[in-house]
Amino acid sequence: MKKTFGGPAIFLDRADINTDEIIPAKYLTEVTKEALTPYCLEDLKLEGFDPKGEELKRARVVVSRANFGCGSSREHAPWVFEVNDIHTIIAESYARIFRQNMFNCGMLAIELPAAEIQRLFDLEEAAAGRIEIEVHLDRQELVAQAAGRSESFRFEISPFDKALVQAGGWVEYADARY
Amino acid sequence: MGQTTAEKIFAAHLRDEPFPGTKVLNLDRVFCHEITTPVAIADLEWRGKDRVFDAGKIKAVIDHVTPSKDSKTALQAKMLRDWAHRHQIKDFFDVGRNGVCHAIFPEKGYVRPGFTVIMGDSHTCTHGAFGAFAAGVGTTDLEVGILKGVCAFREPTTIRVNLTGILQPGVVAKDVILFVIGQLGVNGATDRVLEFHGPIVEAMSMDARMTLCNMAIEAGGTCGICQPDMTTVDYLWPFIQGEFASRDAALAEYRKWCADGDAVYEKVLTFDVSALEPQVTYGFKPDCVKPVREMAGTKVDQVYIGTCTNGRIEDLRQAAEVLKGRTIADSVRGIVSPATPKIFQEALNEGIIQIFMDAGFCVTNPTCGACLGMSNGVLAEGEVCASTSNRNFNGRMGKGGMVHLMSPASAAAAAVTGVITDARTL
Repeated sequence: MKKTFGGPAIFLDRADINTDEIIPAKYLTEVTKEALTPYCLEDLKLEGFDPKGEELKRARVVVSRANFGCGSSREHAPWVFEVNDIHTIIAESYARIFRQNMFNCGMLAIELPAAEIQRLFDLEEAAAGRIEIEVHLDRQELVAQAAGRSESFRFEISPFDKALVQAGGWVEYADARY
Repeated sequence: MGQTTAEKIFAAHLRDEPFPGTKVLNLDRVFCHEITTPVAIADLEWRGKDRVFDAGKIKAVIDHVTPSKDSKTALQAKMLRDWAHRHQIKDFFDVGRNGVCHAIFPEKGYVRPGFTVIMGDSHTCTHGAFGAFAAGVGTTDLEVGILKGVCAFREPTTIRVNLTGILQPGVVAKDVILFVIGQLGVNGATDRVLEFHGPIVEAMSMDARMTLCNMAIEAGGTCGICQPDMTTVDYLWPFIQGEFASRDAALAEYRKWCADGDAVYEKVLTFDVSALEPQVTYGFKPDCVKPVREMAGTKVDQVYIGTCTNGRIEDLRQAAEVLKGRTIADSVRGIVSPATPKIFQEALNEGIIQIFMDAGFCVTNPTCGACLGMSNGVLAEGEVCASTSNRNFNGRMGKGGMVHLMSPASAAAAAVTGVITDARTL
């Protein structure tokens, strides 16, 4: 099923946020995605971040630093975002399996250079956390709206990843083709 | 222009290139376990596509939580079991015959040089020890692998890692790979294959090569790859003797997958490991690595020996060597999990299980268990574990727990003294 992208963003200011922090292994005994919903980022310890807080509940976009999603292959990591209506991650870089899992689920793992990620963090700080990010997949552009300011960012996405998102995911794509 | 091992395997398995840089490969093996497969099975059923591309190429095992510890894990096991039976997947390993996936599948001879392998498990990179391209994937890739026998990759570039010199006694593959990860960093090999070369690797057994390749993912690597040689052939010989007239003939065939002399690498790293000491991790990332000597005296509450990294017979022998005639400290719990029933049996026959039990270890059945905090040795808040596993993330073995990764000998030494200890000083 095709997803919608963009919305209020939450900022996680650390590199190497790993899959155990996103969804601890003890919840991997669930056999439905929906059952994961309450546990998003449960083991992430970060100043000012509350996994049970309103900010995460409201968020539709996650912004973070380098090597996001490193560690395990568990697709439960993208799923726990998916079931919490977070379909867009924006980071400096990703672990390979996490990034592929996001696109395979028809979601976006957008990469921006470190300096542009920093601009987003600066914008967030200036707006005291109230920031919305629109995603325009067609023209490969993000528009961040915060405290009356609006800044845009071009992003690259490989034609294959774009095709996966447009197909709704890898199963749909592969099933139609192979 | 010459090719790397990964490039050769990609070229030989290419099914489609839907866009430049995206390669869809035919798969020789799709491995499955009970944590990441049931959701794929359920999704295939929901789509009305409950089929498998080739039951002979799919292998399945219950390994993460086994025997099941509660209703949820029992359901996961049942879903995998029922599916395997429904599709006549004959290489399915249930309670009593099951072991840790990355130990039992190689042990059964399922991985050959030049193969493409996927599994819904990040440590699938282990199988590159055979000169194969083996990559961990998520459940959706696994699902398409099961249904269609294909997987899409951005073709990775290759970093060649030359390991030269002579290892000091008591320094093993685990110390080498921890050191290499410390040098590369946790994302130093993202979207890259680590191709291991040099006299250190050539002298390694298959068990040791699997330890080496197992942790490629901890540097972000897609796969760790060793070059197939006579050690590879000797390991596989019981399974391939019907296919080849001689071991030399098998070697000649498998050598095709070795990197060409003029292969082009993104980077060539050479480490002379002659002066390397036993290594250990600190902190919560696997690239936080230092010599055991510098951490000596750090108190541990639990020692865990086993896993897909270090639960093979050679690992148990190295630990037993340290434990023989000794008992573990009163302040420590020792847990050992031989990675497969065959390894367990060998350890019994060799008297190794006796040594562990005499030392005061709890001997558990083969399972992933405590490595990811699921069962059989979960840590309490504030506890510290000396572990032969591969990941030291915060809370990995239990919320609030701390994990120090090290070799089997170092873990055994920590069990004896109750603190992190260089086994060579005992």
